[in-house]
Amino acid sequence: MANFKKKQAGTKQEVPTSAMPDVVFMLLFFFMVTTVLREVTLKVKIDLTKATNIEKIEEKRLVSYLYIGPERLPGNQLGDDKVQIDDAIVDDIGAIRNLMYDKLVEEPKMIASLRVDENSEFGLLTDVQEELKKASAFRVNYSTKRED
Amino acid sequence: MLKKRSREDAQINGSSMADIAFLLLIFFLVTTTINVDTGIGLVLPPPLDPEVEPPPIKQKNLMNILVNTQGLILMDEKPTPITEVASTLVEFIDNNGRDPELSDSPQAAIVSIKTQRETPYRIYIDMLDEVMGVYKQLRDNASMANYGVPYGNLQDGSDRQDAIKDLYPKKISIAQPDEG
Repeated sequence: MANFKKKQAGTKQEVPTSAMPDVVFMLLFFFMVTTVLREVTLKVKIDLTKATNIEKIEEKRLVSYLYIGPERLPGNQLGDDKVQIDDAIVDDIGAIRNLMYDKLVEEPKMIASLRVDENSEFGLLTDVQEELKKASAFRVNYSTKRED
Repeated sequence: MLKKRSREDAQINGSSMADIAFLLLIFFLVTTTINVDTGIGLVLPPPLDPEVEPPPIKQKNLMNILVNTQGLILMDEKPTPITEVASTLVEFIDNNGRDPELSDSPQAAIVSIKTQRETPYRIYIDMLDEVMGVYKQLRDNASMANYGVPYGNLQDGSDRQDAIKDLYPKKISIAQPDEG
């Protein structure tokens, strides 16, 4: 009856897991490198508008953002339209020139990405654009979502 | 007196390393936002020098688009519904001197968008989007006719892309709104 003993292959049944930490570490490094942790705290409300004919900005490090939208006030209220650069609201429109010029000196190929709330008035935007022109920051990008 | 020292294992137990790595991996997976920034690119013109006269532009080479706060459009003084903006623009840009009222050539054609200070940004972008769409369509057509591929498939900075760009330069002027 010994002949009925199940024949087993000589190989081990286990999957070798010793390389798993390496694989996981590799993935980990990938995500660590691609993660952008520092997000600006928005002091203005931005609802982007949609457009169809848009292009991607491939080089994110060239981009510096300008946010235009109604100011968030305490108690879920919205104030007047304001311009925010980096972490602060810029009340004096004329100061944008120097701010953007300094950024342009650091990164000559800078793209100014204008993230404007869809209901903001065009007037403030055109004032900001005039300042950008004076700062010689001519490359702009109107941030929009893709229209589905 | 010779006590045999029981040697402790010099190895660090590495079995939990995978767990730690997984934990970190999940953290970064959750926090990562791979969002690509999209938008309408534009190059602003240099500021006007008040002492230098702007170069003269033939009126027929200029398409004036006026948009009011309600999103109503005037194209060269003619009220135009948004659905006809694209076809009117194609006619204007790709005229090549056929109609004496329209542009001499795509290179000379300038599209000027003017709106009011109170216009919502959305309406302005819709208008700009429409103009960008027309240029994209014209460039695609030219690229398909010459090279058999859409404009987007041409390599960045290649001679072919530059040739199409020169053929249909995007001359879009964002006019200063009138006060009031």
